[in-house]
Amino acid sequence: MQLKVLMFGWEFPPHISGGLGTACQGLTKGLSVFNDIEVTFVVPKAHGDENSDLVKLIGAADIPLSNKKMKFKNSQNEIKYFKIKSHIVPYTNPDEFWKLTSLKHSGKTQFLQTDEYGRVPFTGKYGMNLIDEVFSYAMVAGKIAGEKQFDLIHAHDWMTFQAGIEAKRISGKPLIVHIHSTDFDRSGGNVNPQIYAIEREGMEYADKIVAVSEYTKLILVEKYGISAKKIQTIYNGVEPFDLRTGNEIKKGFKEKLVTFLGRVTSQKGPGYFVEAASEVLRRNNNVRFVMAGSGDMLNEMVRRAAQLKIADRFHFTGFLENHEVQSLYQMSDVYVLPSVSEPFGISVLEAAQGNVPVVVSKQSGVSEVLNNVLKVDYWDVHALADAIHALVEYPALGICMKKRAHAEVLNMNWDVPAGQLRQLYIQTCKTKHSRNK
Amino acid sequence: MKTISLIFAIHLPFRYRKYRFFDIGNNSHYYDDNADKTIVTNMAENCYLPFNNILLKLLKKYKGRFKVAFSISGTALEMFNLYAPDVIDSFKKLSSAGSVEFLAETYSHSLVSLADSLLFEKQVKLHGGLIEKYFNQKPKVFRNPGLIYSDDIGNHIYDMGCNAIFAESTKQVLGLKNPGLLYYNDINPKVKVLIHNRIISKYIETCCSKKLTPEHPNDAEQLVKQIKALPENEKLVNLILNYGTFDKCIHPEKAISGLWEDFIHLALKSETIQFSTPSEITENVKAVSSVHVAKAVSGESTEHDLAPFLGNEMQQEAFTKLYDLKYKVLLCTEVELLKDWNYLQISDHYNSMSTDNTSGSKLPHNFSTYDSPYEAFIVYMNVLSDFSLRLDNILTQTIKKQTNLTKKRC
Repeated sequence: MQLKVLMFGWEFPPHISGGLGTACQGLTKGLSVFNDIEVTFVVPKAHGDENSDLVKLIGAADIPLSNKKMKFKNSQNEIKYFKIKSHIVPYTNPDEFWKLTSLKHSGKTQFLQTDEYGRVPFTGKYGMNLIDEVFSYAMVAGKIAGEKQFDLIHAHDWMTFQAGIEAKRISGKPLIVHIHSTDFDRSGGNVNPQIYAIEREGMEYADKIVAVSEYTKLILVEKYGISAKKIQTIYNGVEPFDLRTGNEIKKGFKEKLVTFLGRVTSQKGPGYFVEAASEVLRRNNNVRFVMAGSGDMLNEMVRRAAQLKIADRFHFTGFLENHEVQSLYQMSDVYVLPSVSEPFGISVLEAAQGNVPVVVSKQSGVSEVLNNVLKVDYWDVHALADAIHALVEYPALGICMKKRAHAEVLNMNWDVPAGQLRQLYIQTCKTKHSRNK
Repeated sequence: MKTISLIFAIHLPFRYRKYRFFDIGNNSHYYDDNADKTIVTNMAENCYLPFNNILLKLLKKYKGRFKVAFSISGTALEMFNLYAPDVIDSFKKLSSAGSVEFLAETYSHSLVSLADSLLFEKQVKLHGGLIEKYFNQKPKVFRNPGLIYSDDIGNHIYDMGCNAIFAESTKQVLGLKNPGLLYYNDINPKVKVLIHNRIISKYIETCCSKKLTPEHPNDAEQLVKQIKALPENEKLVNLILNYGTFDKCIHPEKAISGLWEDFIHLALKSETIQFSTPSEITENVKAVSSVHVAKAVSGESTEHDLAPFLGNEMQQEAFTKLYDLKYKVLLCTEVELLKDWNYLQISDHYNSMSTDNTSGSKLPHNFSTYDSPYEAFIVYMNVLSDFSLRLDNILTQTIKKQTNLTKKRC
């Protein structure tokens, strides 16, 4: 019997802003190995240049909605979809954020707009209208669910949870929600109640929940009141390194390079990195630091580096393209992920695969699966500085670590989580089936 | 009798391209040549050349009665040389018409006077050499960017062959003293201090950017009135005008040429106004007292401190890290490297890092191409990092050569 999965995502490579899109591609690619699983992947907007050899990709923006309109106007409950005000930027693509914050956004009620064929023009980005798009996406999801044959729904992160719920409501098929990150991670504790409610509703409505780490599972239990029995941890994997890309840019200086790579937002702990850099630079001149990425805290970091008088050794790159990221890994001597709360942290696996020794915060999912990395509490700047200093000054340490970490990562391709996911699909369908009987 | 000295200021910076982290150590071309070329050729065509012609006409018409001075930075001269050589010829013509003085400056319109006395002297001499080469004049009157002034700076310029310096008419400089008189430096009385009349200067700049109607062709009459209306004991009116303000001066809508023709005509006709060059003022007018300015101040911001240049941590960090390299640079003789060193000092880089909205962005010659002061800082520090690497490389090579030579001798 073939199991048909209707999967809802928000981004798909190459149009990604972080780990979510990478994970979705990895998982669907891993699942494509199995003959008994067929995945249809829905994103708000398909750009046409996605690598869709191994997965059927549908853009919600291409689905006409005209016959759905009446239904939503009748129900008191769903009319609210038309009236959500969205001043909130919950999960921001850094570059998008810059553009949006420089625009004045009108606080007018947003009505659902469709084109002449009744299609909703999605952007599939993380902007000011995100919550509007999330609800529009749910409507299109209902339409797809009514027309397609499938056995199971799988929704990735809160933006797609309404879509998952709507698809389940229409079809009665079981729903799995996949937590790649929670609003507690992204906001650094400053939770947006609207997003929290959507996340919680999705998890409560779901038949099963996948968390990307035990760390995340604990958050779901403690902060969202979800039963631990309902949650299964499936760790992310990493795509084997493609050595042909990158290697175009060489390091132009002899000092060791310590790298921070990610969104420059409070979640990723950039401030701790800057403070640690200053401590290291005070006693060691043979090192440079680079902060690669963009985000709402970037300007503050630039100012802080100047304040600490380390700006001649602490560099900024802004947002990096994919090939530049590869080059940066190759230039780096130490990779640091000081996240305040990191559900997983695929970039650490990538760094390990690229033979870069890693310092990672204990408040991360990836620290559960890798042994040959240095682990520190994100708030312990001294420990962070100490770890960086050791890796820079005592090369033997780094050589040892990177060799072993590389070996650890070799077994962590996407086949493993895909296999676990397949088991979960089969099991969930069985349970649902027997219950229905 | 009022004595007006008209100074036209011209400065052009070399702009950096988007020099990125990945370029450090790999690519040492820092400049946005295209942007520079476009701006310079545009300005030459719309402003420098036509306005120089107007001035030349006026100088010839009122031979010996109308006088002007130019304060042209070294980088501006370099840029004319590169992209618009006819501008230099045009200035040469003005110079040979007589009654034209060229002022002393730091070569790269830099903040070096706040950093190091030896480097300061080098920059001023480098600039003086260029002026002498092109215009056959030894500049005697010094003007700092933003009219940055302190007792020490004033004292120092005497060693560089100058005998007068400009300062802003702020209360930090003057206290309650009369802005229309000549003063001398507190440490060295041989150095005269000329005070800039920023109120009239600003008024002229607004006159030049106004749109005019046929009934009201220009503000020349008002301008003469304003100057006459200054208190009786304010005898000197030193006006420093940004030459860039006269952009599109041939544009009929603005009729700037008409303004100047009428203004000079009316001023000289009134017989209560005369023109003088800064040097003539320092020679002919008696300085009344000293001004005391212990800590350097500038005239650019509303606070009259150094905020537009060194107000925030980024500007201070960039400034300190730049001049930390001075001892290494003094050992270095490589031409390309020294050129980059001079261009690193251009004060516009520091302007574009300003987070103070009330000053930085309003600076007249701020052609900042950056989206934010942060971006400006990042690019600047990347360039500085690469420069520092090259400097170290060259010094190591030199030391190696020296050691080999000594070994051979032994």
